[in-house]
Amino acid sequence: MFKYLFAKNEEIPPGTAAVYFGFSSILWFVIGTGLGSFNAAKLAFPDFVTGYEYFSFGHMRQVHVMAVIFGWISMAFAMAMMYITPALGNTRLWSEKLGIWNCFLWNAGLSLGLTLLWMGMTSGREYSDFPWFIDLVVLFGVILPLGINVWMTIMKRRTQGIYTTNWFFGSAVFMVWIVLLVGNLPEYFQLTGLTEAYLTWWFAHNVLGLWITPVAAAIAYYTVPKVTGNPLYSHRIGHLHFWSVVVFYSTPAAHHLMSSPLPEWLKSFASVEGVLILVPAIAFVSNLLLTMTGKWRFFVDNVEIKFTITGVLMAIPLNMQGGFQQTRAINWYIHGTGWIVAHAHLALLGFSTFLEAAAVYYGLQTIMRRKLYSLTLANFHFWFLLIGFTIYWVSMTIAGLIQGAAKIYEVPYIDTVIAEHPYMIARWVGGTMVFTGNLVWLYNMWMTARAGTAIPAGRLPHELAYER
Amino acid sequence: MAFREYKIGARLFGVALGLSMMITLYMPSLNIVEVGSTEMGLRKGLQYGRIGGFSVEDPFLKGEGKPLTVILKQDPRSGEQIEPVYAYVYKSGIPFTSAIRHPRIMGKGVEDLSLDTGRIGEATEKAGAVFVVSEGRWQGKKIHYIENATATRGWTPDVIMNSVTDADVRYIGAGKIMFVKEGCWWCHTLLPEETQDWQVFGAPPRLGDFNSESPTALGSDRKAPDLLHIGSRNSSREWMMMHFFNPRLVQPHSIMPRFDYLWGPADAQGNTIDYDKWRAEYNEYTAGKRIYPPDVPEPAANSEARKLIDFVLNLK
Ligand code: HEC
Ligand code: HEM
Repeated sequence: MFKYLFAKNEEIPPGTAAVYFGFSSILWFVIGTGLGSFNAAKLAFPDFVTGYEYFSFGHMRQVHVMAVIFGWISMAFAMAMMYITPALGNTRLWSEKLGIWNCFLWNAGLSLGLTLLWMGMTSGREYSDFPWFIDLVVLFGVILPLGINVWMTIMKRRTQGIYTTNWFFGSAVFMVWIVLLVGNLPEYFQLTGLTEAYLTWWFAHNVLGLWITPVAAAIAYYTVPKVTGNPLYSHRIGHLHFWSVVVFYSTPAAHHLMSSPLPEWLKSFASVEGVLILVPAIAFVSNLLLTMTGKWRFFVDNVEIKFTITGVLMAIPLNMQGGFQQTRAINWYIHGTGWIVAHAHLALLGFSTFLEAAAVYYGLQTIMRRKLYSLTLANFHFWFLLIGFTIYWVSMTIAGLIQGAAKIYEVPYIDTVIAEHPYMIARWVGGTMVFTGNLVWLYNMWMTARAGTAIPAGRLPHELAYER
Repeated sequence: MAFREYKIGARLFGVALGLSMMITLYMPSLNIVEVGSTEMGLRKGLQYGRIGGFSVEDPFLKGEGKPLTVILKQDPRSGEQIEPVYAYVYKSGIPFTSAIRHPRIMGKGVEDLSLDTGRIGEATEKAGAVFVVSEGRWQGKKIHYIENATATRGWTPDVIMNSVTDADVRYIGAGKIMFVKEGCWWCHTLLPEETQDWQVFGAPPRLGDFNSESPTALGSDRKAPDLLHIGSRNSSREWMMMHFFNPRLVQPHSIMPRFDYLWGPADAQGNTIDYDKWRAEYNEYTAGKRIYPPDVPEPAANSEARKLIDFVLNLK
């Protein structure tokens, strides 16, 4: 990588930045889920690794969350943008060199940020935990260069129209930049009180709603038509999805603070808007499932589609939960319980991760022109992720319902802790399966780069999946 | 952009996002700035100091640059007995809490009284100052405001600190930093819920209860009891000490981590704490080889554990 940092743009082979981003994301995925599994072990067995400040739960939890969001998910997004945006514009990436610098700054900034968080240098605000100077690195070293590359590639495209995926990419990078800027105002200007609390959740909500969800969806809009060969079922529904994300997903931030003393009108408004998130969700899911018409065999025999469609299917329970759990009628029961942790993992480890994993699988094979080293290992990865995640989700949902009931019936708190214990162990087992699957994935991708069969010109990787 | 549709689309996008920001940011901010700070809000701001997370003056979250809370039982100048007062001592150079820097955030009324009667405008960080919370009247209503006791009563930080012993000093500001740094808020909330928590965890916070606090660390994910009013439920320093050293000493089923490392190298008597020995003895105890667990060392006056306990017991 370092040799390209100072090379001329023309001398860098196209796709290099995407490959670097791809491997970085997988590496962060392994690290992030490893940390998750470590944290889960601590919640199940509190005396597991005890007595060291740096290994205590309170120091490690945010490192896991930030590593998976800004390392795995966001880098996989960057990887997808670096190869999908030019592919859809029938052109090259605007600046491969900027892409490589972007990847370098991103890895360096994230490693620094996570180390500081780990040491306890935190802003004390969930999801915007990084100290403010790291936020500035993220704004200007991470998101802005990415945005410039994506926007310029779209401007310099050699097609007439802009495909759905690219609207989402272009606008999501812009929106997340604004969200990072505004959401961290409390840290730059030391805002206090309810303003700080509200902006914390305004940030948290919008980073999920205007970054993680739409970009993941945009990736699926590319992968499914590309691999199956079917055109997207409907561009109109794509429009509906896009505009309803912008309008409905950017407004319900206050539903994270339903039991705080925020203005009542704001909470009610957020709640209504939150239900309306079902509009983009249904548009997205139906559009993709209808695109699959006639090509459902791919769901069985193609890894990328298996991942993508599983992710899309998970968007159904995800949004059903999301839309309704934030209304007052339900929120009081499950707020702040393990149910929410299960929901967060359904969104990030279920829905989003599965879509990005497909993009990384597909992208790395296409750019490196190498067939996947082992399809068996890829299937192993898929099933470990799916089963591990399911165990996680089921156990945390049950734990959440127990906590909810205990909260309402005012059971002595310790009885809740005791009742949850088996589910904490189950969660740890499930999460460790995910981690194991990822180790296998890293190996598989590494071997693909080193020993994968070369793909002849004019062929697509998935066409060769079952050829020797 | 090539197509007219894209121009229209880009503009509509701007309008939609702008509208959404107006509704979710600008409009709530109008409501929030109107909120008058309550007594609790004023006290929280004064005792925590300027900022509770990462900041330039305390980059490693050691609890530096924070005010001290002092319980005064006698007038520091005359020595007369008085009703106990909480005095918030900002020694020279300690950054003031936001309410003093920007009195506007306390809301109308509180701001006026604090400036006119409380004379907070006269306090400077360079000289340091002592603040107390007083009661006054504004438009016929009883409200609380901040009084700059250095200006109104001649209580300078030095006068106060010379009149009290360490037993009357509470390191609440530094303790809040420990709470943030150690991630207590990943398990504990500071937000009893309006719908059902009154009985066990106490009253939910009111609108003006946080005006000068940052981060609020309300917590989102409750795996443990709410702590907003823990000091009223359990005021035992001894219990807290044992519980933080090893929660399983007092609550065998607890999943709370041990915070023994906050004790630092030596205990209150200056003896080195032998953690390995303590853990070995504790393991013998859990294995049934000892009848009593080993004694928990008393935290030193300047240890992080002491600051944390000061903070927790003050959550009333
Ligand atoms: C892994 C989650 C976890 C973390 C982190 C944690 N706690 Fe706890 N805490 C618990 C649980 C569970 C209980 C209830 C069982 C018990 O009493 O130990 C508890 C109980 C308590 C209690 C007693 C509450 C009551 O109602 O009796 C206090 C006080 C407390 N914790 C303070 C803290 C402080 C301060 C920190 C940070 C230094 C902290 N906790 C970190 C899980 C946690
Ligand atoms: C890509 C994969 C993953 C993503 C994106 C992810 C994301 C997150 C997020 C956003 C949270 C915060 C949840 C909340 O505040 O409600 C979280 C918490 C957590 N995650 Fe993950 N996670 C992933 C994988 C894992 C794995 C494999 C494990 C292993 C068991 C794990 C264990 C945990 C634990 C223990 C917590 C703390 C929960 C709590 O505080 O109660 N995560 N994760």
